[in-house]
Amino acid sequence: MSNFRIALAGNPNTGKSTLFNLLTGLRQHTGNWPGKTVIHAEGALDYKEKHYTLIDLPGTYSLYSNSADEEVARDHIIFERPDVTIVVLDATALERNMNLALQVLEMTSQVIVCINLIDEAKKKGIEINERKLARKLGVPVVKISARNKTGINELLETLDQMADGKIATNPIQVTYSNDIEEKIAQLEPLVQRAVGDAFPARWVALRLLDGDKSFLNALKKRQNGVQKEVAVHGYSACH
Amino acid sequence: MGLSNSIPLSQVKTGEMFQINKIQLEGPLKRRLLDLGFIPGAVVEVLQKSPLGDPVAYRVSNTTIALRKEESLLITGSLIRSEAHE
Repeated sequence: MSNFRIALAGNPNTGKSTLFNLLTGLRQHTGNWPGKTVIHAEGALDYKEKHYTLIDLPGTYSLYSNSADEEVARDHIIFERPDVTIVVLDATALERNMNLALQVLEMTSQVIVCINLIDEAKKKGIEINERKLARKLGVPVVKISARNKTGINELLETLDQMADGKIATNPIQVTYSNDIEEKIAQLEPLVQRAVGDAFPARWVALRLLDGDKSFLNALKKRQNGVQKEVAVHGYSACH
Repeated sequence: MGLSNSIPLSQVKTGEMFQINKIQLEGPLKRRLLDLGFIPGAVVEVLQKSPLGDPVAYRVSNTTIALRKEESLLITGSLIRSEAHE
């Protein structure tokens, strides 16, 4: 059975953990992220001959404000590269939630946008046209209510198809001002040369322009760590 | 008018509505406020003050967020008249 790693991202209070609990049931364990006092929850799910490991990322409004929570979520998506990232949005506050969704779409194209609390939105008279939204965002959009267990099958079906590589996505790219776009164009090839295809070059270029030291430190640490590991392996091989 | 009426969010009274014009901050703190929904053009409702007057709870883009005076002092904009709002 093939194994896939799925990350759940979303704002606080979007019912992300309700969905996580519903999908994994009692097959989960919690702890801390290494070196951080941030809860790490991981669970297992089997669906249609596939085994999934779900990671419940900390609820955040953004990935760039450099709190411990946001660093954990950012590092996981960019360094661990989950096979699929499910972004959970609150149907009653889509505008606010779109900030995080667009940030994730800049980092990876393997995204499913999952609009939760659809029952509450209905009560408030909010109608969401998920097809139109999917066309605009360039990734699948599924409406669910984790509490009432509606839409879950459709979500799992979409997950199954994305894991199989059957869904071609074309995530929306935020276009910045001419000044910034020019600089991105200059930086992108340099970034590609420096870090290769391991990271989305446009996204890294944006972090550089943003002066995001937190990310650059994480990247440096990561690359040193990888080199150290290689060195240790070389040593033990001599014995 | 507009600019001449510019006041900090910290001066807005409970129950009043306020439209953000500018965030007089730079760096991570500005980023944080933007991420929380305090963006230029956004409408903020002052919900209630804590017993000692600070922090204050605001309603912005469908979520309640409390800010300290240090932050609300640096968010400037204008009052929205209740007639115009209704």
